Amino acid sequence: MLTITDLHARVGDKPILKGLTLHVPAGEVHAIMGPNGAGKSTLANVLGGKPGYEVTGGSVEFRGQDLLALEPHERAAAGLFLGFQYPVEIPGVSNVQFLREALNAQRKARGEEPLSGGDFLKLAKDKAALLKMDMEMLKRQVNVGFSGGEKKRAEMVQMGILDPAFAVLDETDSGLDIDALRIVGAGINSIMRSPDKAVLLITHYQRLLDVVAPDKVSILAGGRIVETGGPELALRLEAEGYDAVMA
Amino acid sequence: MTLATLPTRRDEAWRYADMDAVARLGVDALDQWQTIDVAAGESLTRCMVVGSDAPEVHRIRVQLGEGASAAFFVTNCGADYTRVEVEVRLAKGAHFEFGGVTIGGAGVTREFVTQVVHAEPEATSNQTVRAVHWAGATGNFLGEIKVARHAQKTDAAQDFKGLLLEAGASANAVPQLEIFADDVKCAHGATVGELDEAARFYMMARGVDPATAQRLLVQAFIGDAFVALEDEAERETLLDAALAALEGARL
Repeated sequence: MLTITDLHARVGDKPILKGLTLHVPAGEVHAIMGPNGAGKSTLANVLGGKPGYEVTGGSVEFRGQDLLALEPHERAAAGLFLGFQYPVEIPGVSNVQFLREALNAQRKARGEEPLSGGDFLKLAKDKAALLKMDMEMLKRQVNVGFSGGEKKRAEMVQMGILDPAFAVLDETDSGLDIDALRIVGAGINSIMRSPDKAVLLITHYQRLLDVVAPDKVSILAGGRIVETGGPELALRLEAEGYDAVMA
Repeated sequence: MTLATLPTRRDEAWRYADMDAVARLGVDALDQWQTIDVAAGESLTRCMVVGSDAPEVHRIRVQLGEGASAAFFVTNCGADYTRVEVEVRLAKGAHFEFGGVTIGGAGVTREFVTQVVHAEPEATSNQTVRAVHWAGATGNFLGEIKVARHAQKTDAAQDFKGLLLEAGASANAVPQLEIFADDVKCAHGATVGELDEAARFYMMARGVDPATAQRLLVQAFIGDAFVALEDEAERETLLDAALAALEGARL
């Protein structure tokens, strides 16, 4: 589903990704772990098309398309979802309005009919319930006044509503307490565990991987994937640390 | 008062005006004042969408009786110089509410000029102006608040925010406070900034196209000016006129 080949990217003058290669087929949950500064968030942002991240080499193929040639909103319409490490507050815009615009923009780009207000609210209610989020919160302004944990749960509600084929989740577990972590993990499983979907799960901790059991685990260090293995690799990292495992 | 001659930039209230357009309008057009008296205890709300492809100046003089209130909500989106001036005199316990949006490009100047006179005690006023400009356009808010010596417990607020969608556009805020009473609250604030790129990317990452993302963000930004307007249909009319003006703005 996603094939990254020899990807190089920089932020300003600073090269961050230095020949990253990774293949994530449909049906796979692939965890990316790595020390601070390894380029994990840069990878997520490059895949999402965030301004300020310059690709200097390599390619990314997503569902048969050249992902890097698409604008961010086109990537979303093509089925990519970027879960933000720090979801953005948008004062004056309600979650409901924002997500309905987003979903209908994606549907339009795919040549589908827009969802009516009633149908949209029903869908939003279902997904909010899945993440144990009060529907009233979705009527409030996007992420404004939400706690860190609420923002992450709101991200997963968004993912549920938009129903992407591929999710890049950048430290979705950061800022979550133990209960919220279980809810978010279960949400990821429920929304994304499917033979025709895939997930790139960027995380620092085994805790999330206990809930969302990954099929593969890769270590990202120095801007490249240095090791890929099964779920046991994450357990080794947790027990021994990066230095020992990468030595 | 009859204007013998056209104003000049040296007049404080005309400092950022488009003087060529003012000259095109002529002295007679400037001498037209609409006067509105709101009797004690009465209230009035007026919503206006102003602007056309010719210069326009709207001058309104308002007298508020004891405990009276007046609210003006204006979308100023002309394709040529457009100025809305409101002078208000508040009696005891009166309230004046002003919500204004200047929006547009094409190198045009659009402005609000208000003079709010708290002549008696316990009156309140609240002014919220938002300016959204691009393509070398200018938005101005010149707001004067005068508090008379015995107008104790006056509560006056003025808030201006400018949003410039590209370099070359400008926004001017000139708050002017003349306070002769000692037990009053007068607040004023002014900021000018650009579109929140983080918010725009966040929206795009969810599939919202750039034009829609910009429209949503501008809508949220100018919405503050019409928060105090309870009539939803009127609010929609003012917002729609403003957002229609946004079509064709640089993304």
